[in-house]
Amino acid sequence: MRFEHPATFNPIDQLKVVGRPTSRIEGPLKTTGTAPYAYERHDVVTEQAYGYVVGSAIGKGRINAIDLAAAKAAPGVLAIVTAGNAGKLDKAERNPAPLLGGPEIAHYHQAVAVVVAETFEQARAAAQLVRVDYAPGDGRFDLAASRDKAFTPDPKIGGPADTAVGDFAATFAAAPVQLDATYTTPDQGHAMIEPHASIAAWEGDGLTVWTSNQMIAWGATDLAKTLGIPKENVRLISPYIGGGFGGKLFLRADVLLAALGARAAARPVKVALQRPLMFNNTTHRPATIQRIRIGADRDGKISAIGHESWSGNVKDGEPEVTVNQTRLLYAGANRMTAMRLSELDLAEGNAMRAPGEASGMMALEIAIDELAEKFGMDPIELRIKNDTQVDPEHPERPFSKRQLVECLREGATRFGWSRRNPQTGKVRDGRFLVGFGVAAAFRNNLLTKSAARVRLDRDGRVTVETDMTDIGTGSYTIIGQTAAEMMGVPLDKVVVRLGDSDFPVSCGSGGQWGGNNSTAGVYAACVKLREAIAQKLGFNSAEAVFADDVVRSGNRSVALAQAAGNDGITAEDAIEYGDLAKTYQQSTFGAHFVEVGVDADTAEVRVRRMLAVCAAGRILNPTAARSQVIGAMTMGVGAALMEDLVVDKRHGFFVNHDLAGYEVPVHADIPHQDMFFLDETDPMSSPMKAKGVAELGICGVAAAVANAVYNATGVRVRDYPITLDKLLDRMPDAA
Amino acid sequence: MRTFSYERAASPDAAAAAAGQATNAKFIAGGTNLLDLMKLEIETPAHLIDVNGLALDRIDATADGGLRIGALVRNTDLAADGRVRRDYAVLSRALLAGASGQLRNKATTAGNLLQRTRCPYFYDTNLPCNKRKPGSGCAAIGGFSRQHAVIGASEACIATHPSDMAVAMRALDAVIETVRPDGATRTIPIAELHRLPGDHPEVETTLAPGELITAVVLPKPVGGAQAYRKVRDRASYAFALVSVAAIVQPDGSGRVALGGVAHKPWRVEAAEAELPRGAKAVTARLLADARPTRDNAFKLPLAERTLSAVLREARA
Repeated sequence: MRFEHPATFNPIDQLKVVGRPTSRIEGPLKTTGTAPYAYERHDVVTEQAYGYVVGSAIGKGRINAIDLAAAKAAPGVLAIVTAGNAGKLDKAERNPAPLLGGPEIAHYHQAVAVVVAETFEQARAAAQLVRVDYAPGDGRFDLAASRDKAFTPDPKIGGPADTAVGDFAATFAAAPVQLDATYTTPDQGHAMIEPHASIAAWEGDGLTVWTSNQMIAWGATDLAKTLGIPKENVRLISPYIGGGFGGKLFLRADVLLAALGARAAARPVKVALQRPLMFNNTTHRPATIQRIRIGADRDGKISAIGHESWSGNVKDGEPEVTVNQTRLLYAGANRMTAMRLSELDLAEGNAMRAPGEASGMMALEIAIDELAEKFGMDPIELRIKNDTQVDPEHPERPFSKRQLVECLREGATRFGWSRRNPQTGKVRDGRFLVGFGVAAAFRNNLLTKSAARVRLDRDGRVTVETDMTDIGTGSYTIIGQTAAEMMGVPLDKVVVRLGDSDFPVSCGSGGQWGGNNSTAGVYAACVKLREAIAQKLGFNSAEAVFADDVVRSGNRSVALAQAAGNDGITAEDAIEYGDLAKTYQQSTFGAHFVEVGVDADTAEVRVRRMLAVCAAGRILNPTAARSQVIGAMTMGVGAALMEDLVVDKRHGFFVNHDLAGYEVPVHADIPHQDMFFLDETDPMSSPMKAKGVAELGICGVAAAVANAVYNATGVRVRDYPITLDKLLDRMPDAA
Repeated sequence: MRTFSYERAASPDAAAAAAGQATNAKFIAGGTNLLDLMKLEIETPAHLIDVNGLALDRIDATADGGLRIGALVRNTDLAADGRVRRDYAVLSRALLAGASGQLRNKATTAGNLLQRTRCPYFYDTNLPCNKRKPGSGCAAIGGFSRQHAVIGASEACIATHPSDMAVAMRALDAVIETVRPDGATRTIPIAELHRLPGDHPEVETTLAPGELITAVVLPKPVGGAQAYRKVRDRASYAFALVSVAAIVQPDGSGRVALGGVAHKPWRVEAAEAELPRGAKAVTARLLADARPTRDNAFKLPLAERTLSAVLREARA
């Protein structure tokens, strides 16, 4: 099905199932520990052996030699795979650095060997006997120091490295009010609870991998490419995923090493990346340096806005696209953005929840707060004054729906924003200085092809199959709701099967595109199934009504179970998109409100209250969507206050590479959180009229926290995370 | 993890004797730290002596009005003990500021005292660390040292002791009771239990090889307002940037010990004479010889400000 024109009334608009708060259909499995994750698939093949990964001990250089003798002789060892004995390996384009390193070492903890043994303990013990002789080389590990040598990248995604409209330089220089500030964001890790884990089993030339992966088709394609085998020979199965946040978008070392280990040991092999390896072995959100310049008229209208950003990555890696939100969020006739990239020898930087957007909004939304202060203007009013309903670079191109102003106003009322004291450092509650902060939330809606297969069985049951994944987001449930709505059956008559490369290729989970696109693909398949049923019954498909387990046309009605017949009826289709994303800018909006308390003595920052108001198209399942936003707000608190992969610039690695050193918020850090969705349907997005929401929820949160800290203390911190040491010497007198 | 042999000890004496006979033996109680370190092969004992079965899990009153805390009393139980809460509140508060509920349920009193540093370079076996591999160097010096010691460190090591409990015990003048492999018992004031790193950061305590801690004795209650304030980057389950254990008497005298600043709980009794003059005077003396790194210089003003808050609250 091609979606080329704005959606009109369709069966989804009945909202009998879609749009209703619905508990996750797989929830009971998860809460009872019976949803098996990849490493726990003890049932799928027998004789599973264990692989343990050896990570590079140096950040850059070469392996002179590897001595495997002691490890091979250790009890239980079945095989050891290194780049030297793995055979020829290719490299997928989505993996800029090889997943199995050697002799060249691209980054610290790059896998250099996997030791396969009868038991996990034996594999681990033997792995520590692998002796690697390294020749360390000179690496580049310092983003700030490399800034002068940064080059202009040619980003594969996210638009050009440079944009310009009007005359930014002259307008900014002449602007009566100017802001010019530089912000930094650190490297951050996904730190999801389930590590990357895979079980691989060969049967002849065929390879099956039970894994944890957000993008099944990418994974299967890239595994086949890396191994140099036909894609048809690879099957990936990933029905349950314990969190990904972008860290499981790509083929990673666990998959490849399990496959190589299984081939070498002639046994199924399971590999989970050890937690201390994950931060340096896999991908992370790369650090950025961002300079924002805004010029404004005396009345608060932005006349010039510029955003420059520097980030680093491995060779052939992408820049962190932090500037795109600035291209669209606020009006202003004169604009520029620029991205520069340095080659660094740290692990690959890549997508983490709202890649680019989250980092960019961390800077931009502090800048707006700073600008408002220059005017003595309320930061909400400044945002409203500079709202735009069109793409500022292309004024002929409107937003399909843009309710930023409504989100800000609704949030202000619900949060009690009028109680904010605009003077900093003035509100005291016991030992805490109290402050309010606000930021806009803004993330684009992405459209991408997504396919599904739907089958009606003789018992009246509807089964949906698609390689879409559920990374804890609620995909199972919204897909089930979509099929139930379309076919006129209750949700408990829908069976949803996900995460299998044998199923039709979906959009996968990423970029907050999963919800809208995967359900639109199911919609397309259901339309086809409805047509097939109507045709079989001799109904006019345009007139057929599917409801209450029955299909009706005029005065005829047939039970769906009966219509299915003994063989059932199957339909498969994909949603594909026309030009609506070009003619309309499709985005999601929100507003984040935060109240913090800053300890007047120690400068510890504790969030006291959070509110988000979001406008993100049709909300397919308010329960799941709310959960996504609340989770994203929590992650935003981490980004604001504690998450920081610290680079050791001598040895070239992230030092705090475990969950003791890399702190993410715990329950005690998270106070009362609330969120509301504004009513919205977006007919430009898809027949579902939905957009993404899971990444919107994190965009702007950290800045809202930073702005609240400023309001509480009068201390402006432009370098994340906002730890107490950055506040301490500028805190107001505590006594 | 290296292969090791294992035995359950029948008595404290037998445990110490067994440790004296075996080469490279370790006692194991809660295992919350040791097992992690063994998996990473940072600890590689050849023999484990399990002391969990020993009857060292009681808290008894002593003849002079204090408490004898068995070495195996779990952190959760110690923090919840009514006598501890009433008479040694600083200890209860320190315990509850440490780790997580699950860990406190498992961790023991003696094990807490003997836990090893959380320096990330100690944990990463690819990097030099004099504590893990004597003579290899210290990667933390010149590296990421935000958590590290500001005082009492050496050219060989700038690690901190991670315990909260020990800081409170230092303020309480606790005394450690031990038994040695030859059956001899002795007491060690807690001030003398932990060593500064010096040239041998791998030697962390003054315990002799095979010497087993059997109890920690708290002297009779000293009264006063007792506070434990732990400053950290997140509200729970994080090691201290700085912590302050304080006991403040109505007359303004008192005791102060710091955590998160040194290789041991940090207390300088002479500094306590400055208490009537306030936090600035106390910390000036307490941290007089501090040599922070660029990353952790903030700990000096932080210690002063935290102590100031504690004193203000204690006197309120």
